[in-house]
Amino acid sequence: MSTEIKPQKPWQATPKELAYPTFIVIFSAIAAYLTILGSPMNGKLAFAFLFFAFSTTSMFIYKFRLRGRQAAIDSLAGSIALTGALIVFAPVISILVTTIVKGAPGLHWSLFTETMFSASYMDPTDKGGLLHAIVGTLYLILLSIIISVPMGILTALYLTEIKGPGSKFIQFTVQAMSGVPSVVAGLFIFAAVILTTPLKASGIVGAFALSILMVPTVTRTAQEVLLLVPNDLREAGLAMGATQWRTVASIVVPAARNGLLTATILGVARIAGETAPLIFTIGGSDKLNLNPFHDYQGALPFYVWKGLLLGTPESIQRAWTGILILLILVLTLFTLARRFGSRKVGK
Amino acid sequence: MSSDLEARGVHAWFTKHHALADISLTFNAGSVTALIGPSGCGKSTFIRTLNRMHEFIPGAAMAGEVLLNGKDIYEKGIDVTKIRLQIGMVFQKPNPFPSMTIGENVLSGIKLAQLKVENKDDLMEECLVRAGLWKEVKDRLDSYAGGLSGGQQQRLCIARSLAVKPKVLLMDEPCSALDPGSTLRIEDTIRELASDMTIVIVTHNMQQAARISDFTAFFLSDGGPGHLIEVGKTNDIFSKPVDKRTEDYVSGRFG
Repeated sequence: MSTEIKPQKPWQATPKELAYPTFIVIFSAIAAYLTILGSPMNGKLAFAFLFFAFSTTSMFIYKFRLRGRQAAIDSLAGSIALTGALIVFAPVISILVTTIVKGAPGLHWSLFTETMFSASYMDPTDKGGLLHAIVGTLYLILLSIIISVPMGILTALYLTEIKGPGSKFIQFTVQAMSGVPSVVAGLFIFAAVILTTPLKASGIVGAFALSILMVPTVTRTAQEVLLLVPNDLREAGLAMGATQWRTVASIVVPAARNGLLTATILGVARIAGETAPLIFTIGGSDKLNLNPFHDYQGALPFYVWKGLLLGTPESIQRAWTGILILLILVLTLFTLARRFGSRKVGK
Repeated sequence: MSSDLEARGVHAWFTKHHALADISLTFNAGSVTALIGPSGCGKSTFIRTLNRMHEFIPGAAMAGEVLLNGKDIYEKGIDVTKIRLQIGMVFQKPNPFPSMTIGENVLSGIKLAQLKVENKDDLMEECLVRAGLWKEVKDRLDSYAGGLSGGQQQRLCIARSLAVKPKVLLMDEPCSALDPGSTLRIEDTIRELASDMTIVIVTHNMQQAARISDFTAFFLSDGGPGHLIEVGKTNDIFSKPVDKRTEDYVSGRFG
């Protein structure tokens, strides 16, 4: 009987209602452009500023005439929030575009099959490759995850679930640790591991240094997401006679699963591009090394750093390509983690 | 002060799910109408279409008209904030603003809608008196609302929605989280408010519907979208319902 009735969204703006705002945007863009032509101001920044000033003002007047003062202020607040979001968004896009534009000319298949052992940084970019650095970075990320994620999540569980003795002090230490400059992390591991134990510069030692940076990030994020798990769930579990361990393991952690994955991803994001902690700890080999527990290792950030340091056109091109590969690698890892790691938690 | 509210052929969807089909109901000025029916039959969805709160849910869609004094509140170009100012809402869980004192909570609508009021103290007292809370809180208007009991908090929420002088008040199971004493006090409040306000109340409590409402509408979903089975004077619905399903429901045989 109701088959002919279609779902509607009367609250959505019609094309007619959208016409004015669209006109305002176009008008502001043209007006800003003309103002720049006819005045001493120039450049993209001036255009962005004038465009913002024109569009916000005309939107304000339009809303004021349509609905009055409050609606106008509402639209002004909306415009400012949108502008803030764009200001944050613009550098991200700029970084991506710059990296792709500058990195792409150096892309070759040999990057994934060869190492720098056979070539010099000053050689044309089709000589040599990044295999050693890609393998090194993957090892470093993997080993850092193995070390930091259990440590971080267990610390977070201690702080949020057990709240045992020393919680305050641990909390303080974790916060202080997240402020440690990354070069200090590298120096510390150099002094504490390489100088005093039989372990020499290698992948695992690099992962130790990176873990010093990763643990606080994982801990603090994990703590936030565990605090978001409603207390009702804990009480419901305990009220059925479960021990605290069973409640945490089968109710709290699964409920926070997606957030803990985010904690891991943020931790990886924190360390993937770090160069400073690696300078003293991995040796920076140009040779493929499949054993992260022995001998020098390469890494993508290290390769980039080295390329930029040498300063020839070829080596700088290599650095940009290295950044592009690192970016692609990290984005691929995150996409895979999100794709396979997250599970929809029912409402 | 009160106004007529009329729903004409209202449908509601959540993405693809057709939740509510073809509801036509008239709420006369100054009357109390109770909406009853088992859980999941669309009562709450329906009440949310009446002051345009339904559209906040992602994927929501609707069809039909809701007329406030003959004017469609879904009409193009209408100012939705003005609509919600006239059609107030009290929610299932008491939700006083925790950062405001009791007094500030009552006047929060005035502040949020930036209305002008001659005498704020008088308005505050009037609203609290009408919500049946004045005697209990008059000495601690400056303390925070979180310290009140659940029943007091809900009456504070009612007082809060009265301050902007709505013409219609929608109540979505306002007593479901309260003890019998608080429930009775809120029922008294509702009866008193009905003198100059149109009230629509969703309730699972059949006795409550019988005690406070002039009209009762029975909703039911038989697998498909929820629809209106029967509407009439409350006495008639409870004593001589036309539909067999209504009779079964009000006598407690199912639902």
